[in-house]
Amino acid sequence: MSASLTSSIVTTAVGVLLLTAVLQTWRRSAAGSVRLLVVQGLALAALVAALGASRGDVELLAVAGVVALVKAGLLPWVLGRTATGRLVERDAAVRPAVGLLGAAVLTMFAYAVSDPLRGGDQSATARAIPAGIALVLIGFWILLTRHSAVSQLLGFVVLDNGIAMVAFLTSDGLPLTVELGATLDVLLVVVILRALTTRMRGTHGGTSVDDLTELRD
Amino acid sequence: MVVLLWLPVLFPAVMGAFVAWRHRDAYARFVPLAVAVVILACGVALVARGRVVTSSLLRADAGASYVLLCIGAVSVVALWGGLSRKSLGGRGEALVCAFLAAMSLAVLADNLGVMWVAIEATTIATAFLVGHAGTRGATEAAWKYVVLGSVGVAIAFLGIVLVYASSRAGGTPTLSWVALTSGNIALSPHLARAGVALAVLGFATKAGLAPMHSWLPDAHSQAPAPVSGLMSGVLLSVAMYAILRVQAVGAAHIGVGLVHGLLLTFGLLSLTVAAFLTLTQRDYKRLLAYSSIEHMGIIALGVGSGTTLGLAAALLHMLGHGVVKAAMFVVAGRVLNITGSTRIADVTGLLKRRPDLGWPFLVGSAALLGFPPFVTFFTEVAILVALAEAGLWWAAGAAALLLLVTFVGIARQVLGMTVGAPAPVPDSGDHRLVEDPPSRRRTAPVALALGVGAAMSFLAVVLVPVLTAAAAALGVAR
Repeated sequence: MSASLTSSIVTTAVGVLLLTAVLQTWRRSAAGSVRLLVVQGLALAALVAALGASRGDVELLAVAGVVALVKAGLLPWVLGRTATGRLVERDAAVRPAVGLLGAAVLTMFAYAVSDPLRGGDQSATARAIPAGIALVLIGFWILLTRHSAVSQLLGFVVLDNGIAMVAFLTSDGLPLTVELGATLDVLLVVVILRALTTRMRGTHGGTSVDDLTELRD
Repeated sequence: MVVLLWLPVLFPAVMGAFVAWRHRDAYARFVPLAVAVVILACGVALVARGRVVTSSLLRADAGASYVLLCIGAVSVVALWGGLSRKSLGGRGEALVCAFLAAMSLAVLADNLGVMWVAIEATTIATAFLVGHAGTRGATEAAWKYVVLGSVGVAIAFLGIVLVYASSRAGGTPTLSWVALTSGNIALSPHLARAGVALAVLGFATKAGLAPMHSWLPDAHSQAPAPVSGLMSGVLLSVAMYAILRVQAVGAAHIGVGLVHGLLLTFGLLSLTVAAFLTLTQRDYKRLLAYSSIEHMGIIALGVGSGTTLGLAAALLHMLGHGVVKAAMFVVAGRVLNITGSTRIADVTGLLKRRPDLGWPFLVGSAALLGFPPFVTFFTEVAILVALAEAGLWWAAGAAALLLLVTFVGIARQVLGMTVGAPAPVPDSGDHRLVEDPPSRRRTAPVALALGVGAAMSFLAVVLVPVLTAAAAALGVAR
């Protein structure tokens, strides 16, 4: 694959990843949020595949397949089974506009602070590292500002996608065993949180994290 | 001797799978205890051999062997003391086995990435154990535990990713701890600094250090007694061990100032949180949980002092606190059985009413408060001395003051529960009463644990070389 093609695929995928993360802070419908997650997973897989093809690295291409399967298939499927209909009313602590603004500020912040991490590397992949950090920060932002269990799960997945992105952009991903183990761990965490969400509906009559007030000092 | 490396990881995994597949009440409840005994035996054998054992992904040096021994000892106390007549239904036992396998793997992995995967797996294995009761409180605790635990550990993962990226500067990137600390490869300093800081921050969440501690009292107070004991005694220690491993990588490349600064801050904050929340605590299981935060803070200060004395004392404190705390959670679980309430105000006159529970509770609390002859007294003094030796007089003074406040808080609560005349049992308790008559068989593990906690103080001849070797292997104090 030619260098310019790789570079343009990487740039596009990074753009899509960032855009879907920012839109997550604004979406209110659960089904829509899960669809955004599918797009985000596909963009991540495309990024990995482009890197693999440009290096002629078969292992990386296989990882791209796993990423597509888990991040664009299994994870959204698990989440989609919980997320029916609209997310809880007044789910967010902040208004959608403020949510978007927060995401924008965090993205700029990520670009401002990530410069040393690139170490002077000017390639297309290195220039995209701040976008990965931005995804991590936006994931945090969603976790902080959303109060329904499903939205918090979404925030966690966005955070994790950001970390995966940084791993692929800085060093073509981690060693295969670690990569697979980490993917399995994240999948299991989401499955557990989904099961707890169902149980929360039984014990608390809803899935708003605001209702979790029993334990305190 | 490679079998000593694989046994603590594979045996629990296989037994866990077996008990999940073929569950019979007759033996299921003994399986976790058998697994714990095997881990302890492997830990003792590895420590006794005192040589580095390596096999592909796994590696046991003096540090890893010692921490494996801690895992075994604490698990035996928690699971033997917590043996109840009813099994946890097969799935519970399987999860405890998976938890033990994951902790052994985290300690024995040479690869920082594999260590991370194993630590994240401990969160997964314990999630349903924390929520086991199925009540509102248990569900809430499990949710907070999994969200905070996995987000915290995700930060550590980002840190490890950055360390991996930084090792690309030296040719082939690697996550092998031996390679990263060997000094043969160069890390790019900016990435390594960011990576080490994030990894320490993330694992500190899992170690229950303030200000990332908020999941800990909830999870510890809601989980079944043996699981609370395991989490308090070993899960926190394994997370601390991960911090030690990351610290060694930092020490080899960017100096130790950053990590030690973070640990001193977390340590003093943890002591502060524990001091003030034990003073006003109304729930005795939460009281024990805050005491765990206090002890993790002490260990963090010991490591943060940067001296060999501080590190060795911190490692010994890990074992001493773990064994005693596991016994205390077991006793607390039995107190809950007979009173049906976790409120401190509902428990009175334990010494008169149930001396078989009252005495261990009182003596165990004394051990947690650092009374001589318990080993915690000597390690706490050693850590304060280490801080002063390192020129951190202010930290030593602040720590001593905060320990004193915690002392007052815990002593007042525990004396209120044990000494004095028993008041009638209120029936407002929100937990089911479980028949739990005095039994020598069930008191034995607790008595043994407290005895070990005291005897350790006099075993310097045996312990000093082990601790020195472990501190040297964890390779910071130089």
